[in-house]
Amino acid sequence: MLQIRIHGRGGQGVVTATELLSVAAFEQGRHAQAFPSFGSERTGAPVVAFCRISDHEIRLREPILAPDVLIIQDPTLLHQVDVFQGLQPDGYVLINSQRSFHELGLADIEARFRHERLTTVPATEIALKHLGRPLPNAVLLGGFAALSGLITLDAVAHAIHAKFSGKVAAGNVAAATEAFEFVQKELQELESLTTPNTPAARSPQGGSGLSGRPIEA
Amino acid sequence: MNAAIKFYQTGTFTVGNRLLAPEQRSVQSSTERTNALNSGHRACQGCGEALGARYAIDAAMRATDNQLIAVNATGCLEVFSTPYPETSWQLPWIHSLFGNAAAVGTGVAAALKMKAVKAGLQHSRTRVVAQGGDGGTTDIGFGCLSGMFERNDDVLYICYDNEAYMNTGVQRSSATPFAARTATTMAVGPTPGAERGKGKNLPLIAMAHEIAYVATATVADLRDLEAKVEKAMSIHGARYLHILVPCPLGWGSASHDTIRLARLARETGIFPVFEAEHGEVTSVTKIRHRVPVEDYLRPQKRFAHLFGAKGHPDMLAQVQADADKNIRRFNLLDDTAEV
Amino acid sequence: MLKQIEGSQAVAQAVALCRPDVICAYPISPQTHIVEGLGELVKDGSLTPCEFINVESEFAAMSVGIGSSAAGARTYTATASQGLLFMAEAVYNASGLGLPIVMTVANRAIGAPINIWNDHSDSMSQRDCGWIQLFAESNQEALDLHIQAFKLAEELSMPVMVCMDGFILTHAYERVDMPTQAEVDAFLPPYEPRQVLDPAEPVSIGAMVGPEAFMEVRYLAHAKQLQALEVIPRIADEFRRRFGRDAGGLVRGYRCEDAETIVVALGSVIGTLKDTIDEMRDQGQKIGVLGIRSFRPFPLAAVRAALQGAARVVVLEKSFSVGLGGVVSTDVRLALSGLQLHGYTVVAGLGGRSITLASLKRTLLEAIDGTLQPLTFLDLDWRIVNRQLEREAQVRRSGPIAENLLRDVGTVASKVS
Repeated sequence: MLQIRIHGRGGQGVVTATELLSVAAFEQGRHAQAFPSFGSERTGAPVVAFCRISDHEIRLREPILAPDVLIIQDPTLLHQVDVFQGLQPDGYVLINSQRSFHELGLADIEARFRHERLTTVPATEIALKHLGRPLPNAVLLGGFAALSGLITLDAVAHAIHAKFSGKVAAGNVAAATEAFEFVQKELQELESLTTPNTPAARSPQGGSGLSGRPIEA
Repeated sequence: MNAAIKFYQTGTFTVGNRLLAPEQRSVQSSTERTNALNSGHRACQGCGEALGARYAIDAAMRATDNQLIAVNATGCLEVFSTPYPETSWQLPWIHSLFGNAAAVGTGVAAALKMKAVKAGLQHSRTRVVAQGGDGGTTDIGFGCLSGMFERNDDVLYICYDNEAYMNTGVQRSSATPFAARTATTMAVGPTPGAERGKGKNLPLIAMAHEIAYVATATVADLRDLEAKVEKAMSIHGARYLHILVPCPLGWGSASHDTIRLARLARETGIFPVFEAEHGEVTSVTKIRHRVPVEDYLRPQKRFAHLFGAKGHPDMLAQVQADADKNIRRFNLLDDTAEV
Repeated sequence: MLKQIEGSQAVAQAVALCRPDVICAYPISPQTHIVEGLGELVKDGSLTPCEFINVESEFAAMSVGIGSSAAGARTYTATASQGLLFMAEAVYNASGLGLPIVMTVANRAIGAPINIWNDHSDSMSQRDCGWIQLFAESNQEALDLHIQAFKLAEELSMPVMVCMDGFILTHAYERVDMPTQAEVDAFLPPYEPRQVLDPAEPVSIGAMVGPEAFMEVRYLAHAKQLQALEVIPRIADEFRRRFGRDAGGLVRGYRCEDAETIVVALGSVIGTLKDTIDEMRDQGQKIGVLGIRSFRPFPLAAVRAALQGAARVVVLEKSFSVGLGGVVSTDVRLALSGLQLHGYTVVAGLGGRSITLASLKRTLLEAIDGTLQPLTFLDLDWRIVNRQLEREAQVRRSGPIAENLLRDVGTVASKVS
């Protein structure tokens, strides 16, 4: 069973992200369970949502305490909430940021886990470009597809079309695709380097055509 | 001598007056009346509510070709009309709770609408009346009533107002008038009876919802009451009828005075009788022969503390001022009326 | 047809398939998505003919339901927690009058303190009123139970409450198999009332009944629930034949056949318990779980039959009778009277506190060890409880309890679970 935990803030579509993931898994013929951890509804408050994917019926109902995958939609949470709590040693981490893990002050986290499974992607910027709104949720799923290979970009696209329509769906699919390609490229660059721990390897500034952006928090 | 002679006595006070055209006669004059509230119920002698309900429901039955369902709130009417194992009701009737008659009425209307739609009709032929006393309407039933009004559900709500929770022993309701003695507003202390500045005017609140038809009536003008019920049943949507029904027991009045007191309530200006549509007054029953409020209050023991050696002339004056205000507000005096 | 949808949506679609005539609903978390879903289906014409009424309170919702059902319409509503309490008078009225209303209760804790998360206190507060109470383990079962509920309610002329865990089930996206309209039509015939307000045959419904007949009327409600003990399994059987899966019934055991320890529970926690039981079985423990599906009528005989072979029974419940202890365990005890075995009550998950596999396992091992107390509160933070008791012992103006505790617990936002 694959356990995915997504962190973000109210209004960023965290809950929708897990729903889309579950639909993508369903499209691939698998069982999936997606549910949120609710606080009172409030834009901006920290939100966590969970998704379990399995080939068998999922009966467990507890929150995901030992995730295999972490997706962090809002890096301002990094030093406010213990988002990495319980992450499995072979876990995947995808963070929405233009900065690298190192630049985000997460060098120690990086050292504890498998570095080729940790990456950042500027999902908000990609979303702004394709949707005109800073909604990084579906975008990050595209990145996740590339990072882990556990879900296909095609399934993500299908899920987006099932939930949204028209320009919104098209925009989200385009953004997810761009994030997919971004992460794919990053991983290729990482692999091609001989010493995986050099600063150059950890820089995510590759080929997205978005250089010269202001550094964001 | 060329004085005008008024014949207003005939036609109104006489049930089944043969001088009137058949359609103008009271429903009660017809041997074909349904007697929807059949005799044998356990109401007190002189009960204004039993009288009002019989006239109102029979009128509604005639107006709907006997296709009527009644919803009743808990209260005197419900209790005295259904003493287990008997029932006086000759029509389909349901009692649910104290505060939900309007909501239950909404539900019945919705079910009837669905049945009609399934039968290929637009409206149901069967109509709904929800009824309750003042307590069940103005207090505990207020939320459901307002909800029914604002959704414009197809229900005629009839409130039989005897100005207190009578069935439980004459406790104060928000319809209890200023100065009236009840079990919870006793005639003792410096401000005996019901406090000043409290209470609700349900007819005005109903009008504020801008529903299609709001009317007040009394058991002194029974033909008028019937006509208002008929009119109400000719309209679809939320409608409200507020009927003043004196209660000899609760008011401390003689059982033979019920109709007379209702008439005095109108003639003093204490109880304005009018109709309104979509929030605007459309007709008013003028006071024929205006009298001071004292004439209305004296026959009721619930106002006894206003009079006599230990009386409260100031409170009496306040009651008169309130009546004067009603007269002005609703324009209850005809120019030619005797004052 | 297989779908990946939110539990609330699954229920809304299932209810729609049952062709309700009147839906009256007042919103309350966590039931809102159900009534929104149904509202949309009516508004866009997918569910027709149907009257969807936006009532002004839960009391109005059940009252409208009473009128509608009494006039012969198939009627549905949904609520939770505070809403169920607000309509309590009408809830008793509906069962007292024998009206086959179906209501979803999206189980949620009752305040004070105000809490929007899941536990069973709401439906437990109404367990004596005469409504049939069915509990769903999963969203599939939730949707299936609604279809069964209309049939059950109408056959018996008794209202039915379908209970599903708020948020945990209502807001979870999972795979469900949605029946077709034809399948549901074949299973659920049109409503034929036992009593109806009809000008063609006038009756008076709801008159006062005095001491001379009240006991008999109330006994008849009980007799109906005893009848339900037969009807519920029969309907579940028919459902299985037509739709090809198990849903409902009175109780369902998992690995109980040779179990020395049996855990009894209701609702979604049964799923987590199954995983726990599998792990413990792998480690050699003879343990099983008995899921109670029908809580009212309480299936005394079925529960006794399932538990009598065990050495110990642990009732894990999301409910609690202040001043006594367990609610479900009290009923289970009744089923086991006369039998010699160890009984434990574990109150868990109140107000949405997560029930984890790890905590369950630890607690069940204690029960097996014999070190578990007869009544425990799973994962209770004794530290903050004792601090508050200290506080109260020391000073009269000790302040509001909940606020004191929250201060001790610290910033909630930083917690993951």
